[in-house]
Formats: sequence, C-alpha cells, structure tokens
Amino acid sequence: MNKYTVINPHSEFKVINTHVHNIDGAAKVTGRATYTFDVKLPNMLYGKILRSPHPHAKILNIDYSKALELPGVIGVVTGKDTLGVKQGIWRRYQDLCDEQVLTVEKVRYIGEAVAAVAAITEEIAEKALDLIDVDYEVLPAVFEPMEAIKKEAPEIHEGFERNINVTRHIEWGDVEEAFEEAEYIREDWFKCGGQAHMCMETRAAVSDYTPDGKLTIYHSNQSPYYMQGLMAGVLGMREGDIRVISTYVGGGFGGKFELDGAIFCSAVLSKKLHRPVKIVFTREEDFIASKRRTPMFYYVRTGVKKDGTFCAREAKVFTNGGAYTGMGATALYLTGFFHSFPYRWKGYRYDGYRVYTNTLPSTSMRGFGAPQAMFCSEQQIEWIAADLGLDPIEMRRKNSHYEGYEVPGQATIASCGIDQCYDEIKKWIASKGKLPANRSIGISACGFMSGGIFNWFDTPYSFSSAVITINQDGTVELHVGAQEIGQGSNTTMAIICAETLGVKVEDIKVHSGDTDHCPPDLGAWGSRQTLMAGNAVKMAAEDAKKQLLEFAYAQSGYNIVYDLDIKDRWVHAIARPERGYDYGELVKKALRGKDGQRIVGRGYYTPHRKGMISPAYSYMLQGVEVEVDEETGKIKLVDSFTAHDCGQPINHLGLIGQLEGAFSMAAGYGYLEYMPYEDGKLMNPNLVDYKMIRATEMPPANIAEIDTYEPEGPYGAKEAGEGLTNPTAAAIGNAIFHRFGVQMKENPIRPEMILNALREKAEQDKAAGKDKPGKKK
Amino acid sequence: MDKKLLRLTVNKQEYEVYINPKALLVEVIRDYIGLTGTKRGCDTVSCGACTVMINGMSVKSCSVLAMQAEGAQITTIEGLEQNGKLAPIQKAFIDHGAYQCGFCAPGMIMSAQALLNENPHPTEWEIREGIEGNICRCTGYNSIVRAIDATAEGKYREDRS
Repeated sequence: MNKYTVINPHSEFKVINTHVHNIDGAAKVTGRATYTFDVKLPNMLYGKILRSPHPHAKILNIDYSKALELPGVIGVVTGKDTLGVKQGIWRRYQDLCDEQVLTVEKVRYIGEAVAAVAAITEEIAEKALDLIDVDYEVLPAVFEPMEAIKKEAPEIHEGFERNINVTRHIEWGDVEEAFEEAEYIREDWFKCGGQAHMCMETRAAVSDYTPDGKLTIYHSNQSPYYMQGLMAGVLGMREGDIRVISTYVGGGFGGKFELDGAIFCSAVLSKKLHRPVKIVFTREEDFIASKRRTPMFYYVRTGVKKDGTFCAREAKVFTNGGAYTGMGATALYLTGFFHSFPYRWKGYRYDGYRVYTNTLPSTSMRGFGAPQAMFCSEQQIEWIAADLGLDPIEMRRKNSHYEGYEVPGQATIASCGIDQCYDEIKKWIASKGKLPANRSIGISACGFMSGGIFNWFDTPYSFSSAVITINQDGTVELHVGAQEIGQGSNTTMAIICAETLGVKVEDIKVHSGDTDHCPPDLGAWGSRQTLMAGNAVKMAAEDAKKQLLEFAYAQSGYNIVYDLDIKDRWVHAIARPERGYDYGELVKKALRGKDGQRIVGRGYYTPHRKGMISPAYSYMLQGVEVEVDEETGKIKLVDSFTAHDCGQPINHLGLIGQLEGAFSMAAGYGYLEYMPYEDGKLMNPNLVDYKMIRATEMPPANIAEIDTYEPEGPYGAKEAGEGLTNPTAAAIGNAIFHRFGVQMKENPIRPEMILNALREKAEQDKAAGKDKPGKKK
Repeated sequence: MDKKLLRLTVNKQEYEVYINPKALLVEVIRDYIGLTGTKRGCDTVSCGACTVMINGMSVKSCSVLAMQAEGAQITTIEGLEQNGKLAPIQKAFIDHGAYQCGFCAPGMIMSAQALLNENPHPTEWEIREGIEGNICRCTGYNSIVRAIDATAEGKYREDRS
C-alpha cells in the first residue's frame, strides 16, 4: 500500500539506516510503559482546576470555604498562594513573560485557571469545584486580531498598545527595486486556522514536595530541563532542588514545552498540603486550556518576471496570539522566515504582528508557523504559474535553493536535495496517467530547520549534552537530555551511539527524561534533537572509543600509522580486519589499565556562526491526489507522494513513521481540524466534533528519500518529521484549484467553502457567458 | 451510593472488588485492579485508547459499566503475552514501528487482535474499518495497517508455550 524508495543511498553503515526496532517497543506494546497518566504515589491526592467562564474579567473575590467543608477535600489554592510570578519561555525578555499559570487578578480567556482543589479522590475534587464562589467583574473582550489592533479595542495586557504583543521584521535585498523589476505582481489575503495538538495523553503531572525542600515532578512534556527551569522561577526554588521525570510521554507536537496548569497547580498544591498531588486534564480541558497552533491572517504580495523568475515578495502577518506569549513569539519569527522557502528572492520583506486576544493562547505546533506560511505561499505560486501559463514545477525548480546558496543575512544552505525532489514528483505524476474526472493532483514544496540556534530561554548550558559510561561487559549507559516523546529519539540516539562506538543497539541503554540523571538539553522542539543531541552523542561515543583504542594500540604492537577501529564489537586494524578480538575483552583491559575507573565519554553541541535560524535545512516536495464530491464538497485524499531530503537517514523505521505521521497531521490541518470560536468559546472541545484523520481517511503515503550529506549533522543527518507538516494544506488547495479553478484562501478547507466557491464561480462564469465549472483546467 | 461486590475475570484471573455500581469498566481495570496498560484519551467514547476484549470482541471499556462485565472473559493488553512471549500482533507492531508515543498502542492492539479473531484474513479496507474507532495521533495509521496485515499473513506465528 506504500512505496518507499531511496535515491543515492549510502551503505557504509553497520547500524545507521538499518531495520532497527524502536528500543521502547517491548514496554509500549505490552502496557508496561508507565506514563505520567499512570503514576500513583503513596498518600497521593487528586487535583482539579476551576476555570474561568469569562473571556475577560477581573477577579474580585474567591470564596472556597464551602469547598473545604466537603468531606475528602484537603485543600484549595488560588493565585494568592503563589508568588504571582509572571513567567514565559522567552525568559530572557521580561516583557514577554506575561503569564501567571494560576491567575491572580484577571482572567484573559475562557478556561484560564482560577483555583485548584486537592481531594482524596478525583470525583470529590471535581464536586468541590462547584462549591467555590468567584466574583468576577466582567470586562469587554476581543477575539480576533484585526479587531484587537483597533484603537478602541479593550486593553488585554497593560502597556501593550493596540494589543500588539510582539513584532518581527525580516528583510533582505532592495525590495522596492526588486518589485520594479517584476513584470507581474499578485497580492492575496489568506486566513490560516488554528489546530489542537491533540496529544493522546492529555496534560498530566504528579508533584511531590518533600520536607527536605525538594520537589519531584512526574510530568508529560517535551523538555524536562525547561520545566525544571521554569518551575524554579515560579516557585522561587533552585533548579537543582527540582527533579522532573518524563520517562514516557504520550505525544507532544509542540504543545508540551511550556508550563501548563497540571504541573503548576499540582506543585503549588503539593507545597501547601505536603502530599503528592496528581492532576490530569480531561480531553475538554486539553482543548480549551492547553494551547493551539497559531491562527494567522496573511497578506502576500509577490512579483515575478514573465519567464517565472522570482523577484520580490512582501508579507504582512497578523497572528491571533490569544491571551499570552508562550512559544508564539518564535512561531511569529519562523513563519516569516519559512514563507520565503525554498526559493531565492532578490528582495524579501516580512512584517509580523502577534496580537493579544481574549482566546486560548496560541503557540508552537509541529511545523512551527511554516504550515501557515506554506498554505499561502505555495498556493499563490501555483496561481502565478497559471496566470502566466508556466509549468508550476519547473517554475519552482528554477527559483529554488541549491547547495551553497546563502539566504541573505539569514542562512547558508550546506545541503539541498530539492532539485531531485522535482524529478521524483514528476515521475510520480506521470505514473498516475489520466485521472478520473473527479480527481486532481496538487503539489507543494517546502523546507524546514534542524533545530533553532536562538537562546531566548537564556540557558547557560550547551544546547545538547551526552554522557556515555561503559560497563565491564561492554554494555553502555547513554545519558542524554534529549526527550523521547514518541518521535523515536531514544532509538536514534542509541543508533548513533552504537554506530560510533562500534557496538550493537542492544548494547546501549538510553537514559533520558529525568533531570536528576541526565545532562541538560533544550529538549524536543524545532526538530533539533537528531542534529544537536545526535552530535553530542557522537562526540561522547568518539571520546569513549578513543580512550578504549588507546589501550588497544598500546598492546597491539602495530606501527603507529595503522588505524584501529571497532565495528560490530570487533576490535581490529582497519588494514587487517580479520585479525582482531572481542570488544568486551578490550573494555576489561581498559578497566585494569585505568585502575578500575570506568570509561566515560562526554559530548556536547552548541551552535556557532550558523546564521539566524538553524544549522541545517531539510527540503521536500509533496503531491496529493484529491477527490472532491461536487454535491457535498467533501474531500477525500486518494494517494500521496513525498520526495524528501533529510540528509543521511539515521533511524529508518522512525523516519518512515515520522513522515507518515506528519502527513496525517498536515492533512488534518488542510481539510478537517477546525477550531471554531464564538465569543471566545471553543465550540467543539471534544473528539466527537473535532474531526481528525482516522485510519479510513488516511491515503497511502509514498516516499522517495533523497539522501544528501549535511556537513553539520551527525553522519550527515538533518531534520525529518516536522517539516512534512508544512506542505499538505497547500497541496490540497492546489488540487482543488486545478480541478475547479477556484482558490481556497482559508484552511481547513471545509465542504461549505468549496461549495460556496463553486457557486460563486458558476455565477461569475454565467455573467461572463462561459461554460459551467467543474472542468479541469 | 452503596458499594457493590463485583467478581471480574481479567486475563483469566478472577478479582473481587467493591465498587460504586456506576464505575466504568476502564476505571475498575485501571484504578481498582491496577492494570494501567489500558489508557483513556477522551470522555466521549471517541478515541479507543481504553479498548479491551470482552469474550474476544473489542469493546471501549469507557462505554460499559464494570457491573455489566461480570461473568465475562476480559482481556487487556497485559493478557496478550504468554509465558513472557509476545503475541504475534505485538511482535508485528514492533517490527513495523506501528506505534510512536505508544499511548494509543494498547487499545489499538486490542482492536487489531479482536479484528483478527473475527476475520483472520481481512482486506486492507477491513483492517482500516476495524481500527477506525482508535485514534493514533503519531503514526498516520499506515504502519499499523501493515502490521495487522503481516500478522494475518502468519508472519509472526510461532510456538509460545
């Protein structure tokens, strides 16, 4: 049902890119894997959070005396039990630290946490919420960014004029001059929707504050180190006195690396009540009170020459930031940068405005601003090609990045396989032959980063670190801060470690997800771990291996110009691979030689001189075959194909899984996953009404992997699995455009939008005396 | 409400629990018996994370009261392996990378097993329909479909005594 092909494969590896099973498999298929959701500590209480029914209100008084009288209720906390610290993940910038997770004076969205109860059962805690009386002074509220920037709009945060939270400007070249050169200019407005992360494991935490002043937290997140740092800030504790354990995490997708109500309220309750407290969000809470992908209004003006050469682009973007900053500030930057991808623009200008509204805060989500950017860019480019009568694939190709290209002042492209992606997608389209009348194909290109180089968190540590300890039997303890959230990072790190050291994956035990035992690492976001943590692991394994080989040299008797190596646990001279001995033997010798000290290898990665965004960029091109029912406007994906350059693939099974999974989430963003708000209230906060891709809706996800070599990545690897969330919405839109000639400027593309567009087109055509629509262009 | 005594057979083991008669089967399995392999992902019988087998048929254990399951044979994810050996469907999930975060995997595997019990040689479409009630946010399902298909082909069958 799926075809996977590899273009330019490299095969010198023993472990990398072979059929290695995910190392957490036995735990995950047997129910042994213990998630935060499953943690139960002795004497543990259950917490529940009282949430604001108002989008914007002052809290005048909270009376929880009746709740305390309910048998089984142990305690209640409100903002007054906290230090009232305004926090944010951009902690280097004080004005962007704007969120008190348990609010003190004011609520700014429906669902914001107002109080939290701990009781001996979850049921009692839930009942107690009804017994808390909150007096609110309701304030005028505003829900859309284009309203919120008006002069007369209510002020959501003091001192932020016109509710503008953050602005971003990116510019290169002489934009006006480049537009002057253009022979054809097109401008469009787009509206990009939000999207729920919808992790299968809802936000969950168990906090245990003990009399020695230490706090242990089990928490479902993407970066235990960030949680440790942020919690220290809001509780006035030392980072080192807080331990965050996140062994198995039920999904993240960009939504789990900021403080959430579960971790904060459980910790405040535990500190006050001196008992462990567990808080698990219901699915409804997860929808209304976690965060979401950032909705955006996009204005795009693009100038090209008649032969399809791209000259200039200018974009203005207003994002619905919701009530707080969070990671939304980064999404505002990245959407503006990736909107230029994967093309060369002589002049490029982007102005982004993140606007506060009285809605659920928006933040990062898989793709990190780029899916919105590509929905607009890749459709407009298709329309330009149609306007000028040019081949949309060849027009893209002639303007694309290439190896060695410098995005002026922003980035240097050290590896780029997009040219071959165009070849592969053409082959796929040709292989489809003539399509049935109700089907059409749309394509979309994009690129993505391999980790961000920015340090708004202000970490004093290297971005990634790894420590390797070798046991006497040759087994390896690999300690990494890289966070496993299902994307397979534990397996990827084990593969890099095994390949480098020359042992088997079964020899590696990966320790991650525990701040007491693992070195700090920024965690799983922005597709950073394979490159950054992977480099740290490679360096640590090389360090350990060098120490081992010193002993091997000392007793080998070989001339020093010979190279020794270990591969598949076999220690040998490269020139004489048949004469060697077992790696376990070498480890024992090395131990004796070191007076019993174990071999410890250390590695780290901190980016330097890598431009403004990322050390490396992946490239991809996707085609989708779409069927639309003209009567109902219903979309069905029939087939898909992705040509993809992630440098050297490391984790073969993991890569396929990530590409297929990203595609399903991207397809959901394209036509299903819709978050309608009315007066600040989400109208579908449940899995009956919030539609997403299910097994019957998922088409084949054919993949051609274009292997390139990325010099900055470990063994040539770069991003995979996040970038592929970017192209699909536009590809679906382009398929609809080619079938009907209508332009879909809003996503998710819903049936009524298609029907309306067809109706309008029919009316226009009728007025112009043309044929009825429905014919392929 | 008065608690009631319930005798429940889970993974061939009989348990006696005193429960609120309104307790859902998933709550009893997780909170009273302590088998936390079975997950919960929603409150609306929509996600399938809590799927178990009752008399060999897949059932979302948040959709039935525990009292209704009295006398039935309940199988949870913990009951699939025998003598420490994985069931073919479990091996297939590992071999095909048919899970990522793993939170949906127990329910997904139970749905898959129940499907194969009922229809040992399903078509691809029958497989997709068989797991339609289970949401997986990570994989995009195709690896799961491949794993179930390979299991039906007999690829992972072997002696587990």
